[in-house]
Amino acid sequence: MPPVAKTNALGLSREEYKGVKSTLCPGCGHDSISNQIISAMYDLGINQHNLIKLSGIGCSSKTPAYFLGRAHSFNSVHGRMPSVATGATLANRNLFAIGVSGDGDTGSIGMGQFKHLVRRNVPMVYIIENNGVYGLTKGQFSATSDAGQVLKYYGKNELPAIDLCLEAIVGGATFVARSFSGDAKQAQTLIKAAMSHRGTAVVDIISPCVTFNNNPGSNKSYDYGKENEIPIHEITYYERGAVPDREEITIEGDYDVITVELHDGSHVRMKKAGRDHDPRSRAQAITLLEKAQIEQEFITGLIYYEEPRPTLADTLNITDVPLVHLPDDKLRPSKDALLTLMESYK
Amino acid sequence: MALNVQPAVQARAQDGKPIINDFTIVAATKNGTGSQTSNNVLVMSLFRMGIPVNGKNLFPSNIKGLPTWYSIRASKDGYVARPAHNDIAVVMNPETADEDIQKLPSGGVCIIPQGSTAARRDDVIFYDIPVDALVKESGVNADLRERVANMVYVGAVAYLFEIPLDVIWQVLLDNFSGKEKPAKINYDMVTRAYEWTKANITKQDPFKYEPIPGGNAGKIVITGNEAGGLGALFGGVQVVAWYPITPSTSLIDAMFENQGIRKDPETGKNTIAIMQAEDEIAAIGAIIGAGWAGARSMTSTSGPGISLMGEFAGLAYFAEIPCVVWDVTRIGPSTGLPTRTGQGDLIQLYTLSHGDTHHIVLIPSSVKEAFEFGWRAQDIAELYQTIVFVMSDLDLGMNNWMSDPFDYPDQPLNRGKTLDLESLTAFLAEKGEWYRYKDYDGDGIPYRTIPGIDHPKAAYFTRGTGHTERATYSERSEDWVANLSRIKRKINNARTELPQPVVMGDGQARVGILSYGTNDPAIIEARDYLAAQGIPTDYMRIRALPLSPDVQQFIDSHERVYLLENNFDAQMAHIIRGETDKDTRHMKALALGDSMPMTAKWIVDQITESEGK
Repeated sequence: MPPVAKTNALGLSREEYKGVKSTLCPGCGHDSISNQIISAMYDLGINQHNLIKLSGIGCSSKTPAYFLGRAHSFNSVHGRMPSVATGATLANRNLFAIGVSGDGDTGSIGMGQFKHLVRRNVPMVYIIENNGVYGLTKGQFSATSDAGQVLKYYGKNELPAIDLCLEAIVGGATFVARSFSGDAKQAQTLIKAAMSHRGTAVVDIISPCVTFNNNPGSNKSYDYGKENEIPIHEITYYERGAVPDREEITIEGDYDVITVELHDGSHVRMKKAGRDHDPRSRAQAITLLEKAQIEQEFITGLIYYEEPRPTLADTLNITDVPLVHLPDDKLRPSKDALLTLMESYK
Repeated sequence: MALNVQPAVQARAQDGKPIINDFTIVAATKNGTGSQTSNNVLVMSLFRMGIPVNGKNLFPSNIKGLPTWYSIRASKDGYVARPAHNDIAVVMNPETADEDIQKLPSGGVCIIPQGSTAARRDDVIFYDIPVDALVKESGVNADLRERVANMVYVGAVAYLFEIPLDVIWQVLLDNFSGKEKPAKINYDMVTRAYEWTKANITKQDPFKYEPIPGGNAGKIVITGNEAGGLGALFGGVQVVAWYPITPSTSLIDAMFENQGIRKDPETGKNTIAIMQAEDEIAAIGAIIGAGWAGARSMTSTSGPGISLMGEFAGLAYFAEIPCVVWDVTRIGPSTGLPTRTGQGDLIQLYTLSHGDTHHIVLIPSSVKEAFEFGWRAQDIAELYQTIVFVMSDLDLGMNNWMSDPFDYPDQPLNRGKTLDLESLTAFLAEKGEWYRYKDYDGDGIPYRTIPGIDHPKAAYFTRGTGHTERATYSERSEDWVANLSRIKRKINNARTELPQPVVMGDGQARVGILSYGTNDPAIIEARDYLAAQGIPTDYMRIRALPLSPDVQQFIDSHERVYLLENNFDAQMAHIIRGETDKDTRHMKALALGDSMPMTAKWIVDQITESEGK
């Protein structure tokens, strides 16, 4: 008997969560992230027809073609994926949305839309594949390139880096994580947790560009990441029903394990590792990121989490039934409604 | 000789006969002093007296303090275009008083506060009203004085030109949604001024209003922006994203105000999402996202916003995503004059984006059409799977227009070739395949799915980059050309399906007038004057781009054609000439673009001069 392919809760193989073959440079960090997305969605048993993939422009934004081939996907324009995602999730609030962006797409041209996305709490997983360089236009500095960094054609970067996690927190995001594409396990765990969040979940993944920014002077290279990554917690994701050990010590500032229940009933368990950090504290999260930036520390993990605010669909008080599923008679008011209106203009 | 379109006052008032229901009052005030209420009261009072009336607000880009003018034209003949001059000026703003008096025709009337130092004219009738004293005597609170001061001229006008006080009272009540207290404060001021004028002023002018029994029966008064917003609500729009910009903002305001008709009765929740975006780029991004996900979507903006939307407009065209963009035009370039009107966005709308795009543009000329295009644009966008622009303008959008009540949509929502699970399954069973950009019907319009369909073949990849008919990435020239050619075919097919031009005249005239949009009322008026002068005309009003073939036929069938536009560069002429290899040298473009609504006088002067009469 031939070996039976392993399947998930939906009876699908991991193969069925893949997309077309990647056209990125061999070894690109982004391909590794695509793989973690595939694994996470396969493990979670996500129905691809209920999921949409969105992206802007750039190397990172090409990747939605390379995973979840059965999901609708939209490769939009540079820096403006957040607005497209905003409209799509308003149209159909039942859809899971995964947005893939890069550091240029989010941190430069798309900074405004990014910040307004998190401010509105548009429900989606927003993954930044952050390599600190413009790849498709061949190696310019990006807004997340570190100050003092030297690149072949452009010399020394004189400007300070923008920390996109910090921007997300300041902008009002309720789930903010950083990871490293070389840390597959952690990246995958954070993506799963992000999928369980209700609202914008920002996952900034440092993802080496093997062609333009993998040199010894770069702190977004594979070698740098492998040597310097400091996971703040040992993080585990428990699907709904799989209740983790209750080890949480609630005394402030003195704990070993923090367990957070996410919106869909799943849990994230964080065991103290590299840093003494409570991700439920906004002040701690901001301090942690600022300190890391000043001291050039590559910290990763769930940096900030808060009970989600109402999503945009709630704020706008639209029907629980997705707008696109409403029948026509709920979309066009009656003849009488028009007559009444006309009377009011007489 | 130029035709005397609006003869001087004396010429109209021969033998001491009164001039009835055929004159224009302009109120010159300061912005932000509540004069809008006074002006609305006058317009609505005349409307309810059955007199054909049109109000035009000439206001500054300012909230408080700068000069503003509101002209109220009563026309027994039903003309609603901007008149070439005003007969009566209410000069409440000392800063512009000299200029306002200067602009009056000989025999005109000036209503002016007592004590004004403005230079007088011998050939103008002056009525000096003690505005400050009347306000003071009324005992109204100091903080309300400035606002009620403008009610003084309502009272004076009411007495002098015979507007019944009971009509004014009812309009005031309606204006304050039935609340007696504010209505009473204002009405008290109106009656004080009325009584003072009656006791102290001897009427010397020939102007008067006379009720027309049954006039305006059944009619409504509404702005184009309200009409467009209501039209969209009846069009079933589900997602609206917008960014404030004059003069389009009140279109969205009207949607907010009337959102109640789009509440789900069972849950009390909205069946429409209206989101204020952070800029126009995000606004169009959101409606494209919504359109892609299967919702009817729209935004409303003006020229500068359209400029920002360029990149996304190309995406919607090329990725074939339905959405609707209202452009309530102002005049450019740059910030231009944000509170003035024009038709300068035409070419920008038609070709917006950086590639070979030709967009569908609907051009309403009346509030009734604004309502109709409000819902119809949604059908057209889904039918053709593309971005649809509606080009209104400030004159239509922000001014009050009389109209017959709007017609309820005469067809159900047309969702175009959108496949759901059932129809996709049937499609696959019949054809054995479904590819997003394949032309199965030969009309250039492909079939689309929307996210959420539980079928392994439902999904496709949407992109602004080159793609095949199977929606896969492609850099091959053949794929590029095939795709763009199909889209062009689709858009060209719309030429005969979009709202077709409207023609007035018997088709026998040697002179044809061609135009579009809100030049309409001035053209209707001008045609009467021209005919009286021995220049009969046929008139075609274009209502959509791409152009109907009827336009070329109209040009061909007239000896001389005048193309009237309210922009500087005769943009429609460029479009017409760019799409024909026929001789159009007998078509003369008359382009105004002076920031104001066109007048019949300008049209008549231009055409009579050109016709050598």
